[in-house]
Amino acid sequence: MLGSEALVTTLLQVHELRKYFPVKKDFFGRGTAKVHAVDGVSFSIAAGETLGLVGESGCGKSTAGKTILRLIDPTSGTIEWCGRRIEALGRAAMHPVRRELQVVFQDPYSSLNPRLRARDIVAEPLRNYESLSEAQMREHVAFLFEKVGLRADQMVRYPHEFSGGQRQRLGIARALAVRPKLIICDEPVSALDVSVQAQVINLLVDLQAEFGVSYLFVAHDLAVVEHISHRVAVMYLGKIVELTDKRSLFRNPQHPYTEALLSAVPVPDPKAKRKRIILQGDVPSPVTPPPGCRFHTRCPYAEARCRAEEPAMKEVRPGHSVACHLR
Amino acid sequence: MASAPAVTAAPRSVSPTWLRFKDALRRHPTAIAGAVVLLAMIALAVAAPWLGTVDPQAVSPVKRLKPPFGEYWFGTDMLGRDVYSRVVYGARVSLTVGLAVALASTLAGLAIGLVTGFIRWADALVMRVMDGLMSIPPVLLAIALMALTKASLENVVFAITLSEIPRVVRLVRSLVLSLREQPFVEAAMAAGTSIARTLVRHILPNTVAPLLVQGTYICASAMITESILSFLGAGTPPNIPSWGNIMAEARSLFQIAAYLILFPGVCLSLTVLAVNLLGDGLRDALDPRLARRM
Repeated sequence: MLGSEALVTTLLQVHELRKYFPVKKDFFGRGTAKVHAVDGVSFSIAAGETLGLVGESGCGKSTAGKTILRLIDPTSGTIEWCGRRIEALGRAAMHPVRRELQVVFQDPYSSLNPRLRARDIVAEPLRNYESLSEAQMREHVAFLFEKVGLRADQMVRYPHEFSGGQRQRLGIARALAVRPKLIICDEPVSALDVSVQAQVINLLVDLQAEFGVSYLFVAHDLAVVEHISHRVAVMYLGKIVELTDKRSLFRNPQHPYTEALLSAVPVPDPKAKRKRIILQGDVPSPVTPPPGCRFHTRCPYAEARCRAEEPAMKEVRPGHSVACHLR
Repeated sequence: MASAPAVTAAPRSVSPTWLRFKDALRRHPTAIAGAVVLLAMIALAVAAPWLGTVDPQAVSPVKRLKPPFGEYWFGTDMLGRDVYSRVVYGARVSLTVGLAVALASTLAGLAIGLVTGFIRWADALVMRVMDGLMSIPPVLLAIALMALTKASLENVVFAITLSEIPRVVRLVRSLVLSLREQPFVEAAMAAGTSIARTLVRHILPNTVAPLLVQGTYICASAMITESILSFLGAGTPPNIPSWGNIMAEARSLFQIAAYLILFPGVCLSLTVLAVNLLGDGLRDALDPRLARRM
């Protein structure tokens, strides 16, 4: 799909992004322990592309998304937006960037203000960036409603009058209102029923085809990611362990963690016999991540080297990078 | 796709606040009783001159200490003043103080609380001042303030308001601190909304319900504080009849004319109870953890 085009413009380039949260403070209010939520993450997203970011709960994927949006300030690393570094921009300087960089949140209930009408929720970014008359505004919001599969007569309703899926459509309409180049989707379907999930995913795919928007699609469900992504990054304990195009990830996973994740995806065939890789133990605490490879405590193939030396991301094939000593 | 049944279910969209409000009143008869008593008291205070009252200050020594339920409904006091008229006019003072303090301290506390909840450095500074104010018992603080100024209704309102503000600030600050972590506030930031606009559009409307409840409690406690101040002679000047100073003047005659304390006492208790019942009803109704059926 992608890469065949001669000119691929990179929208977002994240390099060695880190975000540590202080968890304990000593007597003088200085942080003594930190959660290594995002610990050196690098990736890029091209125009019109969807990058899936998967990993289990607490691996830092949502934090990475919020840090890129500058809802959280990064501890270190760089975020380059259309060739311009934005990781240290102030509120005012960030304002024009936010227009191009929107977000859809995980929880369709708490991400909509219960006291605003649906049309005001969707029109909020418009009011911040465009000076439209009331009539133009109404027309534009009606257009957005139609695009996300809601009816214009639902514009005057309050969020509690919509179902979960409809609310997430409102969230998508709000993100789409100012025609962003990239929408960070922070687990947009994990709070929805499976049947509704499919509708919302298909909506996102359709909108991408129509508006050419890029997505950073954060999720913990590989089946969902497989459907929507062009490339996939697998995160474990604050680090990306594997980054490649969708096809190679699902057909030829290189990292032992990716292998284990893929073996856990349910297959809708009761007779299918598969080798399930059951990982032993729990995810180590992100406050004190293990030395060496972060996965060595649970990796079935771990060697002495894995416990001592941290593996760097290396390209095993063009466009397929893995952080593992054994590959 | 958009589901059809939802359309017919709610043809007209009403604000969730109003819906919950109506629902609340239906399910809380005690709150309605409170509201009715409070409204009756307000009507009494407003219509005082037309309720068969005489000048509450008119002295008639010949007719002093007449027992109640005779010529005078509530009897007369040691100066021969009509207690009924004094109690009805006294309602004006109590209700004015209660409502004015509730309104003023809520508004002031809201303004300060919004700022402290959103601006880190202001928070540390203002909250230490508020902690300092809170460490002084409200009645003591009000007495101290009254000692500095001359006795007048405005000064009573000011003194009680000042001692109530810290409680509102604490409430609003905690509300703002939890609201600003809500995804819809994050969404507003991501949508490029300014801090001022976020406060007005997203934070403020969500603080209204708990503030309304807090306001009723402040109203009740302000009426009691006013009575305490008047009783101690540090409140409403003696030429204005208030429930507090009627009781204060009657306390030395308690053994021979208990009714002098009874009537203003009953009125005060009834009004405070009514306001508290209303507040409890509102709290139950507006607290989403207790009653949210949507």
